[in-house]
Amino acid sequence: MNLTLTVWRQKNASDPGRFENYAAKDIIPDMSFLEMLDVVNDRLVAEGREPIAFDSDCREGICGACSCVINGVPHGGHRGTTACQLHMRHFKDGDTIVIEPWRAKAFPVIRDLVTDRSAFDRVIQAGGFVSVNTGGTPDANCLPVPKENADLAMDAAQCIGCGACVAACKNASAMLFVSAKIGHLGLLPQGAVEQERRVINMVAQMDAEGFGNCTVTGSCEAVCPKEISLNFISRMNRDYAVALLKGRQPDRK
Amino acid sequence: MNAEAPKPVNSKLNSAVPSGPMAQKWDKHKFEMKLVNPANKRKFEVIVVGSGLAGAAAAATLGEQGYNVKCFCFQDSPRRAHSIAAQGGINAAKNYKNDGDSVHRLFYDTIKGGDFRAREANVHRLAQVSVNIIDQCVAQGVPFAREYGGLLDTRSFGGSQLQRTFYARGQTGQQLLLGAYQSLSRQIGLGNVKMFPRTEMLDVVVANGKARGIIVRDLVSGEISAHTAHVVVLATGGYGNVFFLSTNAKGCNVTATWRAYKKGAFFANPCYTQIHPTCIPVSGDHQSKLTLMSESLRNDGRVWVPKNAADCGKAPASIPEADRDYVLERKYPSFGNLAPRDVSSRAAKEVCDEGRGVGPIVDGKRLGVYLDFADAIKRLGENKIRERYANLFDMYERITGENAYQQPMRIYPAVHYTMGGTWVDYNLMSTLPGLFVAGEANFSDHGANRLGASALMQGLADGYFILPYTLGNYLASNYAAANPEKLSADSAPFRDALSAVKEQTNRLLKINGKRSVLSFHRQLGKMVWDKCGMARTEKGLKELLREIPTLREEFWQNVKVTGTGEEFNQDLEYAGRVADFFEFAELLATDALHRDESCGGHFRVEHQDDEGEAKRNDDDFCYAAAWEYAGDGKAPILNKEPLEFEEVHLAKRSYK
Repeated sequence: MNLTLTVWRQKNASDPGRFENYAAKDIIPDMSFLEMLDVVNDRLVAEGREPIAFDSDCREGICGACSCVINGVPHGGHRGTTACQLHMRHFKDGDTIVIEPWRAKAFPVIRDLVTDRSAFDRVIQAGGFVSVNTGGTPDANCLPVPKENADLAMDAAQCIGCGACVAACKNASAMLFVSAKIGHLGLLPQGAVEQERRVINMVAQMDAEGFGNCTVTGSCEAVCPKEISLNFISRMNRDYAVALLKGRQPDRK
Repeated sequence: MNAEAPKPVNSKLNSAVPSGPMAQKWDKHKFEMKLVNPANKRKFEVIVVGSGLAGAAAAATLGEQGYNVKCFCFQDSPRRAHSIAAQGGINAAKNYKNDGDSVHRLFYDTIKGGDFRAREANVHRLAQVSVNIIDQCVAQGVPFAREYGGLLDTRSFGGSQLQRTFYARGQTGQQLLLGAYQSLSRQIGLGNVKMFPRTEMLDVVVANGKARGIIVRDLVSGEISAHTAHVVVLATGGYGNVFFLSTNAKGCNVTATWRAYKKGAFFANPCYTQIHPTCIPVSGDHQSKLTLMSESLRNDGRVWVPKNAADCGKAPASIPEADRDYVLERKYPSFGNLAPRDVSSRAAKEVCDEGRGVGPIVDGKRLGVYLDFADAIKRLGENKIRERYANLFDMYERITGENAYQQPMRIYPAVHYTMGGTWVDYNLMSTLPGLFVAGEANFSDHGANRLGASALMQGLADGYFILPYTLGNYLASNYAAANPEKLSADSAPFRDALSAVKEQTNRLLKINGKRSVLSFHRQLGKMVWDKCGMARTEKGLKELLREIPTLREEFWQNVKVTGTGEEFNQDLEYAGRVADFFEFAELLATDALHRDESCGGHFRVEHQDDEGEAKRNDDDFCYAAAWEYAGDGKAPILNKEPLEFEEVHLAKRSYK
């Protein structure tokens, strides 16, 4: 099939950027979306033009590197699917596809479709862990965990940190990402110990990074490739309220 | 084998295996190793390259201990390292299932699974620390699967008759990596580790015979800079992408270990490459990578092909039971569908070569076998299967458009893991003093074939429980702990390495030829897969050794690298990696040609028994082949580390 791509091109963070059109000819329906971009890039290089920069690594939907907005929807709008797992059989011959980077103040563009998502790493650094050192841990089976809790924790822990939730949100809120980590660790006895400190510190960092607030529209849940539930945001709000009422303050840096 | 035969001895390879009974070696060694006192640890600079299981675990642990750590990764975040894609599970000798597991049995299974080509003492230590890994991960909040009683669940995996594999749905690698990433993040937040994402290592700096730092390129600004250290750890993964198509992530590359090789770190057993039996078959030329379907699926799926080639194009449901050949169950009745990876992969290749493959015809052949869940669904119900494998079935459907609850999956082997890597001694130190290598990047624990669920175990063992001890011993033995000698990043060795790296980068940019990097990589990969893939012959390997240099020459004359060095330039990054694959491929073929036997993942067609099983030659090849760089254009020098088996007797590996 033959397609037209309208792609955001931006040389670096200080370049204002613009859309450019490219013809994507002879695309095979079995190609993944990123394989289609590979083909287009290979042809651009052959013509001596600069290829479209985009992040990708594992190409099996788990590393969270790929990150483009396709026709206005992060990852292209197929349930539980990252851009690398989206296949061209979902498009039609003659389609025009608009491809943009994540757009959020906290995710500045590095080049074309590549953004800087290190804000997520800094949120995790603020509290998205259990404070245990290596060694001296008790036997793994000494603390039983109800299967339901372990399963629910796993639902949240599946987050791949891609940032689609932020890109989809009109407020560029990171609440789904942050609440997934808080939910995952808080549901397990190992992580519950420092839950109040965790929630206060992570939320403070989230705010400092410039992410917006949640107005419960739910677009994050709709685009999340791991289908993480909005319920985790409610959980986080409850944990946050409890910590606030107890007078918890963020740790000083 | 003749036990009295003289063993080749090489003075350049000292495995440093401690004396004493096998089960006590590690404890004895831990006691004998020197320590660095807590107040002095922060005076030592440690560089860790790579942030996968081994790298993140090492960086986090060394940070906790008080060392001054810098960690580098080429991805945009340490959380994206390719360990994240491991699906099935992690082995540990916990014996929670009361099914007869023990440290000794895990050790034995791993040695046997590796076709008797691994160093016993390392493997035994791996089995010993396996139990600590599970404890550590649970304490970090890794959400392993649990039973209703609240205790941990386990399942079986290829190459074992026990249920010793812990798992977190089909995303075990992700959860273990996030556990290590979170520990690392905590150390970054505390200021003990400085993280450099989107930064690629391009050389090791050697001063006075020791690894003393690295040269890196900042992938965003393009700036090339030097970093000093007292010790350098490479945890940079395997070289599977030399085949172009593999289950590795697009970014996986051999650059770090290859550049280290050229600086004196011998490269061992590159011909031991693992072909994973359960991957989604290739659909066409555009294919950019292959996707693995976890081996855990073989717990419930049955592998079959039609008995008659005439049935291969038919709908699977229309083929009656009597006309199906359940290949693995027929050939290996006691292990059945859980036969080890190399054995299962070859069985699939054989039936496809016989013309009994299934699925669409690509390049004139049907390359696929069925993995059928119909019986398991009948026995356990669709819900149970969904609970176990939902994410894998979903992924299969996204890629192929087929529903595996209703029709069998199609699978075919693909390159997945590389057992070979930088040669390391018992302390995980390479032949370049001060350069340690961990995880898939080293050659140490899996011999000629790795068992399923053992990669995660090894990466975390190296990072959490081995390096933190052995690095300290090296530092305490080589430096005055109170005032360790520091080098300036402006000193001659660093300046020289820096300008060599800049020169190579400029050289790539200046070629300005006609062909893309991708086209060269694809051609190289196909060449290597055809002649050094699942089946290798002397003739094919000799041809390959003639073809690689020709194509490499064309690459250096005719590659087109767009853009400049002073900006974010993915084309340039890729070109540097492919340039190294071109050199590495030659060593891979050289090693495969020299190893005139079949063992594990290295199958030489000339060496098979009447039933087509791999035939080892223990008299001549019971050694690790450690290749030494001899200079550009010169043949590498072969050094042999003899393998001695005290505990496990050399035997034919049988899974019948």
